Amino acid sequence: MKTAPEPAASAYGRLELIRNKKRPTVNDYIPMIFRSFTELHGDRHYGDDPAIIAGVAMFSGIPVTVIAQVKGRDVNENKRSNFAMPHPEGYRKALRLAKQAEKFRRPVICLIDTPGAFCGIEAEKRGQGEAIAKNLMEFMTLRTPIVSVVLGEGGSGGALALAVCDELMLLENALYSVISPRGFASILWKDPARETEAAELMKITAEDLLGFGVCERIIPESAGGAHNDPQLTAKNISDCLYESIQRHIKTDVGVLLKNRYEKFRKIGMFSFVQK
Amino acid sequence: MGLEDLLKTVKERFKDKDEKAETARGGKPEIPGDLLFKCPRCRTAAYMEEFEKNRKICVNCNYHSRLTWRERLDMTADKDSFKEFDSGMVSLNPIGFPDYEKKISALSESRGINEAVVTGECTVSGYRAAVGIMDSGFMMASMGSVVGEKITRLFEYATERKMPVIVFAASGGARMQEGIISLMQMAKTSGAIARHNEAGQLYITVLTDPTTGGVTASFASLGDVIIAEPKALIGFAGRRVIQDTIKQQLPDDFQSAEFLLENGFVDMIADRHKMRKILSRLLKIHNYQKEGE
Repeated sequence: MKTAPEPAASAYGRLELIRNKKRPTVNDYIPMIFRSFTELHGDRHYGDDPAIIAGVAMFSGIPVTVIAQVKGRDVNENKRSNFAMPHPEGYRKALRLAKQAEKFRRPVICLIDTPGAFCGIEAEKRGQGEAIAKNLMEFMTLRTPIVSVVLGEGGSGGALALAVCDELMLLENALYSVISPRGFASILWKDPARETEAAELMKITAEDLLGFGVCERIIPESAGGAHNDPQLTAKNISDCLYESIQRHIKTDVGVLLKNRYEKFRKIGMFSFVQK
Repeated sequence: MGLEDLLKTVKERFKDKDEKAETARGGKPEIPGDLLFKCPRCRTAAYMEEFEKNRKICVNCNYHSRLTWRERLDMTADKDSFKEFDSGMVSLNPIGFPDYEKKISALSESRGINEAVVTGECTVSGYRAAVGIMDSGFMMASMGSVVGEKITRLFEYATERKMPVIVFAASGGARMQEGIISLMQMAKTSGAIARHNEAGQLYITVLTDPTTGGVTASFASLGDVIIAEPKALIGFAGRRVIQDTIKQQLPDDFQSAEFLLENGFVDMIADRHKMRKILSRLLKIHNYQKEGE
């Protein structure tokens, strides 16, 4: 595995990097990481959400379920996949296939890359909040290993809905945050122009998240960013996934679920005062 | 008091109003908060005294206005039955947000609570339940470490003792000032609910005005029974965010309790005057025993 030689970019620098049009998307990575990927469509309730591509595949000789958010590589792809902003039916498709993976004892691999869950009339009508909440609850007790990788943007609840897992990895330049830096600046300072400042303050880089115990591993990208050598970056993702999946499929399911719960249970910073 | 007298008094009050007290009450500056209630939904004004006697419900349009945690508790729990948990829990400053601790301690002073949720156990018409009450007066009841931890502990307590949980939800969403740590509370609370759920225990959520964002997308939406209060704002994304995204005006009833009922996301809309009765009936139907019986 190759590590990037130059020093880590600032949070804002990384934000620009992951919004780079040339940055590889799941449409690039899936064929490089998996064999026999077979897409499965629909949530069986309302429709099929192209913002999330999901299906079954072989990964280093093991059957797996893949659930991935689709950033487009051009305007047409982006129009189709709604710029990777899922609707409730996307999250419900993810849950349906996660449950299917549990039935067939396949590990679940989630590839996260979203600015956030879509905000719109239809999304509200069909219960965006409920769809995300249900995934958080169901993924917590899913009796099969779940490994998630943030490839680029890990935007808020829209990312978290695929990130309740046994191990969370971030690509070196990926970010994961409660809201976009622009949104943060807009809400807390009433000034979206302070985006850069917000990005640095928010502690959203892979290193920050490792420090908080939010993620477990950083996957190196090719020098200067994943777009410079998608093949190498894909190999790095594969290597990390392989090691992780091997470890988790050997773990007793009871222990796996207990560890998954504890991973989230311990996150929070508080103290006590005398009343 | 006649209408003219009232207006006169209002004008008098307006002249020498104490701004600090206004802010603490969360009142709008146009009207002194202690004399008149102006309904944010139908704009009708009512005498504060009558409005309060009516459990803070607008007599004209039935909007169920926001309550403090104490008001909610008094309407819900049997007298003197409440025992609070973790009352001294306070947030730290995970991302080092400027002046966050100062803001929290100033709010604690003025609101008399340390955080946006109060948890504990009590009896409701004799039925013992673990309860969580969110108070939108505290940073719009946004969820940070403390809200997440208290809700999680509440569910763990109830799971261990095979008790039902009732949560009165209200929230502006995740507590931005705590960065990613606030996002993680959504997963943490949902995990604790998953265990309570697997233990076969009842969870009732009451969605009150406003319930939005990360709280809607986690514990507020996970009740076995979901009750909403009339005209409460309930949704995932903020209205302004949606308007900016889709560039159109939204209908008035968008993201209201009634809108959710119509779309199948709440079980019922319940009047505040009947809430205790509904809760105790549900507890009874789920085989919980009345104390002393």
